Parts: sequence; C-alpha cells; structure tokens
Amino acid sequence: MTTQTLSAPTPRTPLQEFWYYFSSNKGAVAGLGFIVVIGFMAIFADVIAPHSPSDQARDALLLPPAWMEGGNWAYLLGTDDVGRDILSRLIHGARLSLAVGMVAVTASLAMGILLGLVAGYFKGMIDTIIMRIVDIMLAMPSLLLAIAIVAVLGPSIVNAALAISIVSLPHYVRLTRAATMAEMSRDYVTSSRVIGAGPLRLMFICILPNCLAPLIVQATLGFSSAILDMAALGFLGLGAQPPTPEWGSMLADALQFVQRAWWVVTFPGLMILLTVLAFNLMGDGLRDALDPKLKQ
Amino acid sequence: MIGFILRRLLQAVLVMLTISFASFVIQGKLGDPVTQMVGQNVTLAERAQLTESLGLNDPLLQQYARYLSDALSGDLGVSYYHKQATLAVIGDRLPATLELSFCALLIVLLTATPLGVFAAIRPRHILSRLIVIVSTLGLSVPIFVVAMFLVYFFAVEWQWLPSFGRGETHLLFGFWSSGLVTKDGLQHLLLPSVSLAFVLAPIFVRLIRAQMLEELDSDYVRYAWSKGIPAHRVYFVHALKNTMLPVITVGGIQVGTLIAYTILTETIFQWPGMGLLFMEAVSRVDAPLISAYLIVVGLIFVLINTLVDLIYLWVNPRVRIPGYGQ
Repeated sequence: MTTQTLSAPTPRTPLQEFWYYFSSNKGAVAGLGFIVVIGFMAIFADVIAPHSPSDQARDALLLPPAWMEGGNWAYLLGTDDVGRDILSRLIHGARLSLAVGMVAVTASLAMGILLGLVAGYFKGMIDTIIMRIVDIMLAMPSLLLAIAIVAVLGPSIVNAALAISIVSLPHYVRLTRAATMAEMSRDYVTSSRVIGAGPLRLMFICILPNCLAPLIVQATLGFSSAILDMAALGFLGLGAQPPTPEWGSMLADALQFVQRAWWVVTFPGLMILLTVLAFNLMGDGLRDALDPKLKQ
Repeated sequence: MIGFILRRLLQAVLVMLTISFASFVIQGKLGDPVTQMVGQNVTLAERAQLTESLGLNDPLLQQYARYLSDALSGDLGVSYYHKQATLAVIGDRLPATLELSFCALLIVLLTATPLGVFAAIRPRHILSRLIVIVSTLGLSVPIFVVAMFLVYFFAVEWQWLPSFGRGETHLLFGFWSSGLVTKDGLQHLLLPSVSLAFVLAPIFVRLIRAQMLEELDSDYVRYAWSKGIPAHRVYFVHALKNTMLPVITVGGIQVGTLIAYTILTETIFQWPGMGLLFMEAVSRVDAPLISAYLIVVGLIFVLINTLVDLIYLWVNPRVRIPGYGQ
C-alpha cells in the first residue's frame, strides 16, 4: 500500500474501541483478571491443588491457616473438620461454580433473547402465549422454583444447574420484550422497515443491539446469581452432595465450627464473594464499553 | 380500563391453574399416599382396595379435577407429618414470614431510595462512589454469609441481639400471632430482616441510580433546567417520577425473590415461618405440604404481580399494553 502520505489516524476497530473503553474501568479489568485466574484454577485444578479435595488427613483436623500459630505450610489455608485441605477444595469448587454459571447463563440468555424478541416484535397472540408462560414461571420466585425442581428431581449438581437455568429465563424474556417494544416505536425502526428490512433483520440487527445494555447488566447479575443460587442450594443440602467440594455446601458443613475455626467458614464465603464480585464488576465494565448512550 | 383489569384477573386465574397442576404433579411424583397412610403389614389386597377407594386408579385428569375442587373449597390435603390440614399448618406460620418480609422490604425502601437518588444526583461525590462500591459488594455476598457474620458479631461476640427464633409473640385480632408488638419480638426480628434486606437493597440502589442517571440525561430534564425550574423540583418531581416506573416493575418481580430468600433466612435463624416449614417438608418428603406451600406462595405472587401491573397502569397512562384495553 502506498497511502503513507495520508496521515489521518486509522480508525480503531470495534474490538480496539471496546477494549479502550473497557480498560478505562479499573474495576472491570480487575474483575476480568480475577475471572481469568479462577478460570485457570478451574481448568487445571488437578495440577494446581496441593492435595486431593477428598483426602482426609486424620492427624490434621481443623488446622488453622499456615501463617497462624499451629498452622502447617502443607495446608496453606488450613483444614476442615475431617482434615481435608481447604485450599484444594476451594480450587476444585471453582470448577463446579464456573461450569454451573456458564451453562445456566448461556442457555437462559439465548432462549430469553429469542423469546423476548419474538414476543415484542410480533405482539398479539404469540406475545400473549409467551408472556403467559413467562408469567407462570415468574409466579414462582427463582430460588423457590429451583428448590421445588430439585426437590422433585432429587438433589444433585446437574439438577441444580438445570433448575437454575430454567428459573433465570423469565427475566431475560421480560427485559428483551420490554426493550423491544420501546424500540419498536422509534423512528429508526420505522425507517428501516420502510426501506424494506425483513423481520429477522429488524429484530436482530436493528433492535437487538439497542436492547443489549440492560441484557448485559441482567446477564451479569444472572451469572452471579447462578453462582449464588448454586451456593444457596448447596447450603440447603440440595445441590452438590458430599464429599463434592462445592463452596455453598462447604459453608453449611462448617457452620457449627464458626466459633472455633473461623477459617472453615470465611474462606469459602470469601471465595463466593470475590467470584461473584468479579463478574459484577466485569459486567459493569462491559455495559459502559458496549452502551453507545453512555459512551458520549 | 375495566376490560384490562378483567383480562389481568383472568390471566391470574390461568396462572393459578397451572401452578395447581404443577403442585398436583409434584404431589403425585413424591411418594405414594397409600404407603404413607398404612404401615408395612397390610396385605396387597387391602392396599389395592385403599388405592381404589382413594381414587388413585382414576384417570389423571379426573384426579386433578378432584384435587382442584378440593383446593377451591380450601382443602389442600393433610400433611403426612403434622397430621393436620396443610392450609392450617401454613396459616399458623404465615404471619411470621409476612412480618419478616415486610420489615425487610421496609428497610430496603428506606435505604435504597435515598442512596440511589443521591448517587445519581451527585455522581462525583465521594459518598456516591462509596455507595456504588458497597452496593456492588452487597450484590456479591451470599445471604447466609451475611447472616452468619451478623450472628457471629451481634449475637455471639457482643451478645446484643438474639440469634434464633421469634421471641415473644402476641395474638392480634384472634388469629395473627405478631412479634411486632413486643420488645423481645422486635429484637428477634432485627437480625433476620436486616440479612434479608441485604439481598434486595443493592439491587434497588443500582437500579434507581442507573435509571435516575438516564432520566437526568434526557431532553425533558434539560428543558426543565433551561426553564429555570428549581433543582429540587427537577430531581424529585420530574426525574424521580420517571425513575420509579421501572423500579415498580422490578420491585414486583423482586418481592418474589424476597419471599424465596425467607427460606434461607428462616433456615439460618430458625425463624418459625413458612420457609422453614417448607424446608422441613422437603427433607421429610411431606408431599401435600410441599404442594400446598407452592400453591399458597404462588397465590401470593400472582396477587402481587397483578397488583403491580395495575399500579403501573395507574401511574403511567402512556403504557398501552397491546392486546388489552383499547
């Protein structure tokens, strides 16, 4: 190319532009960093974890963290009441939580956007049918519905994940539909229609990008609430079954030791908090970077 | 208007029908009533006779119709464990849960609205940044961690407040056992309702802040400024009104979350409400009680959601929900 003489700055690619706005939000970058670390831990849990998550060291029950008096550097964050290494269990727990969050959010977001767009775009009969189904699902609060589903299917981690993805669907449908209906009355949609854009183009190319901001916020909350719900189900004994190292059930098991051994409660709690926080922060950053309205 | 209300009520009935069918299916899937009623030393012939007399051999739809007509006359079966009508068992525990939820909601409204509005009006204020940080943190804490730390500090370490139970209650109007009228009851209420409020308050703070920021950036607010309308009117009359519209919708959905989280809160604090009852029923596989609880809670939500839609219609006449009304 011989256009060197033109000194106009090359426009940023959308990806660069996105990164420019995203990286200006330090919390979001920190969140992303933490998620990458957790994801790395989750994938290579078998290699990283110093012990097996179900190994019981009978001579090291309720050992405090290594830096405290009586601690052992072999068990960095201490051990629980049957002598299992807490750090290793947390690392293996990350795998579960991330997998559940990923499956639940992806499934319900995809379904929710589709149903919401269709309902908001076509209105009439289709809208009524979809929204009635959504209403019925919403008539039960998500955690309760999840508990009910798990109570019927039997407590297990797969059923818990299934329940969580079913129950988070209505929020996406409602949000997408409301945003779609608001956008439908805008001039740009009308003019696209006048130019001859078909329903698919109108729905996915004209309207959807303008509805994304609230959806991203909701999906972030959805990811965090999937992890939180998972922990809640585990806490109630309806999620992962022992000895699966799941953060919520680790907390529930440790409840009776809260006065004697703060570390068995604090570290799983902290882990849930940090992971969920990281997703929340990253979601905020994504919203700021993706929402054209806030960009100006 | 009246047409809309009628249609909305019709929907509510449809939703309740579906919930009752789901509950009916759950009841059928969880355990065999004959085994629950008789012991193991009953002959197969007697079992078959009992099954027949209970109508368990009838077609599913016929059984459902019977279940439904019983439900409509206020009979949702008898709890296996409590040996009492399920509705009576739930009715006993209902006031505890409603008082807990109400107090939590009150705490949420009284904290979230001022905080969210302030964070939007003064976005660069140090306090606003703190509000945003704390609300993001608050979204990320599981309720049982909050509850455990509250109990640890307020009940164990400092011994200011009781950590479990409902304390002293008084019977109001002959049927409502209330903990709101005694000092002991209020003390018991404090920790659970604060924990419960922790779930919702951050959501509302963020929502109100985001919505308010958007409204403040809109043309009509800019126009109001240029007309020289005083700041408090612009903020609290022009912008806040429109801010609260989506808050109502989300609020309606979130009340459901609130009552669901009473299950966790009540389990942690051994609060004798419906949520604890439900968890006990789940662990005992008390099928009639589980399905009755689902129906009662479903009814509460359908009522709240219908009410929220009507309120929305009332405060925002611009909304024309297609397919309803004119």
